[in-house]
Amino acid sequence: MNVKRLTAGMMASLVAVFGLTVGALADGVKGMAHDGGVWLQTPMNEQAAKIDDFHMLLLWIISVIAVFVFLLVFWVMYRYREKKNPEPSKTSHNTLIEFIWTVVPIGILVFIGFWSIPLLYYQDVVPDTEFAIRVTGNQWNWTYNYPDQGGIEFTASVVPNSAFKNPKEMAGYETELSKFLGHPVKIQNRLLDPDYRLVVPVHTKIRLQITGSDVIHSWAVPSLGVKLDAIPGRLNQTWFEADDIGTFYGQCSELCGQDHAFMPIAVEVMSKEDFAKWVKHAKAEYADAGTTALGR
Amino acid sequence: MAHANPTGWKRWVYSTNHKDIGVMYLWFAFIAGCIGFGMSGLIRMELMEPGIQVLPKVFGITEQQAHQMFNVLTTGHGLIMVFFMVMPALIGGFGNYFVPLMIGAPDMAFPRMNNVSFWLMPPAFILLLLSTMVEGAPGSNGFGGGWTAYPPLSTIGHPGPAMDLAIFSLHIAGASSIMGAINYITTIFNMRAPGMTIHKMPLFVWSILVTAFLLVLSLPVLAGAITMLLTDRNFGTTFFEPSGGGDPVLYQHLFWFFGHPEVYIMILPAFGIISHIVSTFSRKPVFGYLGMAYAMAAIGMIGFAVWAHHMYTVGLDVDTKAYFVAATMVIAVPTGVKIFSWIATMWGGSIRFTVPMMYAIAFILLFTVGGVTGVVLSNAGADIVLHDTYYVVAHFHYVLSLGAVFAIFAGLYYWIGKMSGKQYPETLAKLQFWVTFIGVNTIFFPQHFLGLQGMPRRYVDYPDVFEKWNFVSSVGYLITLVGFLLFLVVMAMTLFKKKKDCADNPWGEGATTLEWTLSSPPPFHQFNELPRIK
Repeated sequence: MNVKRLTAGMMASLVAVFGLTVGALADGVKGMAHDGGVWLQTPMNEQAAKIDDFHMLLLWIISVIAVFVFLLVFWVMYRYREKKNPEPSKTSHNTLIEFIWTVVPIGILVFIGFWSIPLLYYQDVVPDTEFAIRVTGNQWNWTYNYPDQGGIEFTASVVPNSAFKNPKEMAGYETELSKFLGHPVKIQNRLLDPDYRLVVPVHTKIRLQITGSDVIHSWAVPSLGVKLDAIPGRLNQTWFEADDIGTFYGQCSELCGQDHAFMPIAVEVMSKEDFAKWVKHAKAEYADAGTTALGR
Repeated sequence: MAHANPTGWKRWVYSTNHKDIGVMYLWFAFIAGCIGFGMSGLIRMELMEPGIQVLPKVFGITEQQAHQMFNVLTTGHGLIMVFFMVMPALIGGFGNYFVPLMIGAPDMAFPRMNNVSFWLMPPAFILLLLSTMVEGAPGSNGFGGGWTAYPPLSTIGHPGPAMDLAIFSLHIAGASSIMGAINYITTIFNMRAPGMTIHKMPLFVWSILVTAFLLVLSLPVLAGAITMLLTDRNFGTTFFEPSGGGDPVLYQHLFWFFGHPEVYIMILPAFGIISHIVSTFSRKPVFGYLGMAYAMAAIGMIGFAVWAHHMYTVGLDVDTKAYFVAATMVIAVPTGVKIFSWIATMWGGSIRFTVPMMYAIAFILLFTVGGVTGVVLSNAGADIVLHDTYYVVAHFHYVLSLGAVFAIFAGLYYWIGKMSGKQYPETLAKLQFWVTFIGVNTIFFPQHFLGLQGMPRRYVDYPDVFEKWNFVSSVGYLITLVGFLLFLVVMAMTLFKKKKDCADNPWGEGATTLEWTLSSPPPFHQFNELPRIK
């Protein structure tokens, strides 16, 4: 009876804790952390989904191992406490058990490897992509360049804290961003929303070429399964494909100086038609912006 | 002999006595630990709520200046805890005090070099503290590029002298550690009492021996890397500067070739201490002694072949990554052997739950948690979303703060009676354990969640969605602070006792190593006649 009630109570509190994490996100926002969340961010494309599945597998394995060790220790603490077992045994060897606890972990690791290595090659071998985008990390903003779309280039900086306290300033940012994207947007996420967003079409494999102009930065969008360092003197390459229309957030993930926490990333995924429209408009507006990082 | 028992300041400053030097190392680690712990307090208080509130008030600076101040604090916290707290306590402190006692030697092989090893540490520490007071990045004081000091942030990103002072500090601390390591290797190889073969050495001695080899092999690489940083900064070389044909990633390879063995340098002596304590309070010999010893040797060796798992996102070739995934996972095997052997040591024992034993058991449990999250991180495929997030912070604090530091507490409670002749108050120390245990877990367990949700590390301010767990984590710090204050009380109550009340062997028949055959505290010079080991 008691156990039953305890279990029910535990289940209820678990639901209370974890249930909250599946709260609804603001309009159009697809890739973002949840308040109080305890899992990986909801995966929003195949890459992130594969990572999520693999992480779940790992989480099961490590949880079982950790629980096994914990129970073993608790059992030993209970069974072999001084009161219960006043005379200690003198055993200090047992070849069989030592063999087992060496070989079983090897088996588990090999099993993990069977999942881990294919995932790694899937992530790292860049498939045929439709076009490339150059990403340059600067102290403390991101420059995006579309070499295949006539060299559209713009630099995305954080929407400052002051705008979140001052509606007038915010309206300015929102107007500018709406004009840039070609549809009205609200800016709601402090430290996640930059003034411009990386715009990409849905269901399109995109090659990212990432570099840094001053120090090392790291371009990351967790819900799309991408993270790669932006290193001066190197052109790192990765890829992603978005499966969903909406906004996906990320943040700089390599310490880059005083405003490291203030250079967020937002990816705006559009339908292919909207993207074509955006390119036309952006070419006219931003193709010869003066903030070239790569061409400097 | 007048020189045999020096008194006053000469006893400490001129000291060539391994026990006195060990005690000085412990005090040094204590002072550095207080400063490092204070820094983490400022970090946690700033992160308690979104926005920037605490640092501007504490330091009287603007919000913008607080951004860099935060980075200086995280950098200082890391460097201090690694080089000036954990290493001096485990290796310099317990190593110096107990290695000669355990192998039945009168002292270390090179007593004067031992003196130099210790007395290089205070100047190194002073240089590091000075570095926080001079210009680093333009317009701000101190070096804020992380304890890893990646260029170009540590070169062009911090043109001021703060980074140069930090480099000198590490040079000196490194020289100190290398001398210490040479001393241990020589002592352990040449000064064991008759009959104590290498396969009869206590496991703590084994752990210090392996650690010493890791130090001798890895620290010169760090010294080289930071010297290259120094010349890049000051003399126009371009080892890490792409405009001159250099490569920032080269530094990362060099740093982590040192940095990965470094984490084992911090944890192996902890393994040694835990083995002794588990065996003592189970009243049983260590289970699988040879397996335990060679597991440590294996961890040490494999530790040199896994460094690039810290660099999965720098753009390594995919085959290289695949190798480092496989090599890194291999480390789980000897580590598992150690965990299971400790449990097997307790199995069938007659366990007494004294404070050192409680810390040791907590070590086994929490190190397991830190170990399994290490397996997750070793997989480059999963690391993509976890690299440089709080998941990593949680992982390495579970193995270090809740691993190595718990082992320091365990060792301190285990040996304080031996070292001072005064036994600690058991009940209050138990309370200290529980408060600390709850506190540190409240700090670090929620950080797994933050990391999984994608919160990057080294962030002075974060999006509001990360508020909840950051708050919990900061509350955990406050609990730990209570535990820390209790620790001060327990230590004061112990050391200010009037009477020396600790028996030669307060732990009974389970404590079998040689230090328990001596008086508490041991005589100034011991083993003038070498003990014979059967």
